[in-house]
Amino acid sequence: MAQHKINYLQEAGLPVALTTVDKLVQWGRSNSLWPLTYGLACCAIEMMATGASRYDFDRFGTIFRASPRQSDVLIIAGTLTKKHAPFMRRLYDQMPDPKWVISMGSCANTGGMFNTYATVQGADRIVPVDIYLPGCAPRPETLQYALMLLQKKIRSEKASRKLAPKRLV
Amino acid sequence: MRPYSDKQNVQKKPYYSDRYFVAPQIPKEAVESDAVFAQDLAILQAKFEIKEAYIQRGQLVVYIDARDNVALLQTLKDECAYNILSEHSAIDWLAKSNEFELFYQLLSTSKRKRLRVKCFIHEKEVLQSVYGVYKSADWAEREMYDMFGIAISGHPYMKRLLMPDDWFGHPLLKTYPLHGDEAARWYEIDKIFGKEYRDIIGPEERDSARVDENDTYRFARLGHEVPFGAEPSREKTFHDYQEESGVTIVKSLKKSESKIVKERP
Repeated sequence: MAQHKINYLQEAGLPVALTTVDKLVQWGRSNSLWPLTYGLACCAIEMMATGASRYDFDRFGTIFRASPRQSDVLIIAGTLTKKHAPFMRRLYDQMPDPKWVISMGSCANTGGMFNTYATVQGADRIVPVDIYLPGCAPRPETLQYALMLLQKKIRSEKASRKLAPKRLV
Repeated sequence: MRPYSDKQNVQKKPYYSDRYFVAPQIPKEAVESDAVFAQDLAILQAKFEIKEAYIQRGQLVVYIDARDNVALLQTLKDECAYNILSEHSAIDWLAKSNEFELFYQLLSTSKRKRLRVKCFIHEKEVLQSVYGVYKSADWAEREMYDMFGIAISGHPYMKRLLMPDDWFGHPLLKTYPLHGDEAARWYEIDKIFGKEYRDIIGPEERDSARVDENDTYRFARLGHEVPFGAEPSREKTFHDYQEESGVTIVKSLKKSESKIVKERP
């Protein structure tokens, strides 16, 4: 091929990238996940550590928001007691769609070691959970990895407004 | 011969009790062995009926009539300088003698002495609040009402302290099941979704030892994960946080170029 004949189909041949709307929208969504500043117990300490400078959640476009109206992700970080369960459900309901939930730590996943009358035996009894994050408490790397997996999950989803209702339990 | 116990379910029952166990008793000393306590007891005995008194672990224990509680604590505060009520709660002896044993743990910072006032009340008996004497009795009495259902009269704000206001039952009673009664088990479901939702959500999974590889609703077999509720699979699954082709603009990890550092740089 002569030098003046540029092959536009090759990479970087043309300053245009072709993609689908789904991919573009979900790429944007997955890279600006804003979780709710919401800690319940000791897992919240790890969540704070993940947000702080050493592990630096911000580089994933993940900025903690202090209002459910502005957030996409609910990280249930800690033991969910029965007294608190209605409040958590309300916060989840106040978040605008699309929204995702990360259940962080054994207590939020299954009730953990609190096999008692006062603890909700798994946060998925209250809200639909996307990622279950094991550990007691999970290290910041684990939360980072969970977030990356959530990003990957979002990228594979459809962007359409009609979201399939998530099954609870 | 010892009674047969089911060994299959041993993890379901986290406690075991030795039939021949005798709880060791802390030795009791006479009150006369401590001059300060002997003086305190003399002041009390002049005004009230003292059922029993002894020193245990360097602390004076006094058994009184439950109706004297306010006046006796007032005397201890005013005349004997016990200025702090550090702990106040009850012990459930309903099964043994249909009684609650109440204790007031007092501390005198000037005398450096601790004193415990104890009394018994029946299940339905109403107790006078000592909030007027010690302000710290406020939450202690609320917690006692919450946990044992002991009615207190004269308290300024008698309301549950720890459990929700619409909770049924008193959890620290020995008759209260550890995993909760019917109302407790469905509390959050009833409150958030309504009772009709019980069938959809299903009962709580309380067996912490249960593992079922074929149940893909509750369990994920590591390395063999399948979508929620799908048929279990024997095939290995590989997880990576990015698609193989990479993501636009987002940096991808090149595993071949990464190295593990043995020591901290």
